[in-house]
Amino acid sequence: MSSKEWPLWEVFIRSKQGLNHKHVGSLRAADAEMALENARDVYTRRSEGISIWVVESNNVFASDPSESQEFFEPADSKIYRHPTFYDVPDGISHM
Amino acid sequence: MKEVNITELERMFQEKIDQDIKIEPKDWMPDDYRETLIRQISQHAHSEIVGMLPEGNWITRAPNLRRKAVLLAKVQDEAGHGLYLYSAAETLGADREDTIDDLHTGKAKYSSIFNYPTLTWADMGAIGWLVDGAAIMNQVPICRCSYGPYARAMVRVCKEESFHQRQGFEIMMTLAKGSPEQKAMAQDALNRFWWPALMMFGPSDGESKHTAQSMKWKIKRSTNDELRQQFVDVTVPQAEMIGLTLPDADLKLNEATGHYEYGEINWAEFWEVVKGNGPCNKDRIDTRRKAKEEGQWVREAATAFAQKRAARKSA
Repeated sequence: MSSKEWPLWEVFIRSKQGLNHKHVGSLRAADAEMALENARDVYTRRSEGISIWVVESNNVFASDPSESQEFFEPADSKIYRHPTFYDVPDGISHM
Repeated sequence: MKEVNITELERMFQEKIDQDIKIEPKDWMPDDYRETLIRQISQHAHSEIVGMLPEGNWITRAPNLRRKAVLLAKVQDEAGHGLYLYSAAETLGADREDTIDDLHTGKAKYSSIFNYPTLTWADMGAIGWLVDGAAIMNQVPICRCSYGPYARAMVRVCKEESFHQRQGFEIMMTLAKGSPEQKAMAQDALNRFWWPALMMFGPSDGESKHTAQSMKWKIKRSTNDELRQQFVDVTVPQAEMIGLTLPDADLKLNEATGHYEYGEINWAEFWEVVKGNGPCNKDRIDTRRKAKEEGQWVREAATAFAQKRAARKSA
């Protein structure tokens, strides 16, 4: 990425009270204040949000998709964490 | 990471595509897939940005405040769509500044439709109804494109564009119901925009060099001719409903297929416009270049202000 450009920001929007912020896309801006205003104009023109987070893309650390199999393996092998692993006889309810 | 050769990676990649698993920015992808997407997404972004110009021409001359507010909102949406798409292209490693410069030097293409002039207010109706209508027809299948960021951007774009088409149709309908002069103005706009709108779907399937590979990669989900036919089929009854006539003597319903057959498209004209020889190509690019040059000081000022603010905060 060339230095002539403003930094890239990731935009997260809370669409309504009670829901979590969700990633919606990215944009370029000179600083955080400008990123917030641009995010409002680009991603919430139709009242899609009541709260915005912007995070400079450089500050996002991501897992590596090529290693996702090994990375997430600990969860895949523990099927007993799911309720469907257990046999419940017919006639038992509220469980 | 395990050592895997390219052929094996390509096979696994195609398998994901065949299973309708989306490709995300950091996933492995063939270079050609990346390049095809960068080309297509940036062309699409440029079309949104250049697409603001023919309509911007009429903002100060809209017939009333309502029409003016609507047109402004539409043009602002196009700017937003351009931005969604430029950032989608960036996820593939395209440099935004270079992408924009490619437009300004004529290296990158954009939709040929925006190289036609907007001569009367009725053109705002014809563009909304036909050009946005054709664009939606093109974009709806891209919502299911194999590349995640592009597909997600398209979902937003399609949601927003349905108002664009309706406002255009409303303009045409109002003019068509108006005085004989107004109706003639609407008919004239339709006459000028109908064929260029059909050309928006691109060359016929036989001539389209990217279609086969793009369909295999699920970047494209329908062929140019399929989409064009779909567009003709839905638009003919709309024109009839408002009492306007499509400028095609060969247009007729084929009772057996249920599809409208249409006349020969002037492909020579299409290629001339693509090559840069349309009525407004030069003007459009000059305007974009000028906007970038004249905005330079604003960008520099914003950068300086951000630096000053950061310095003050750390002091």
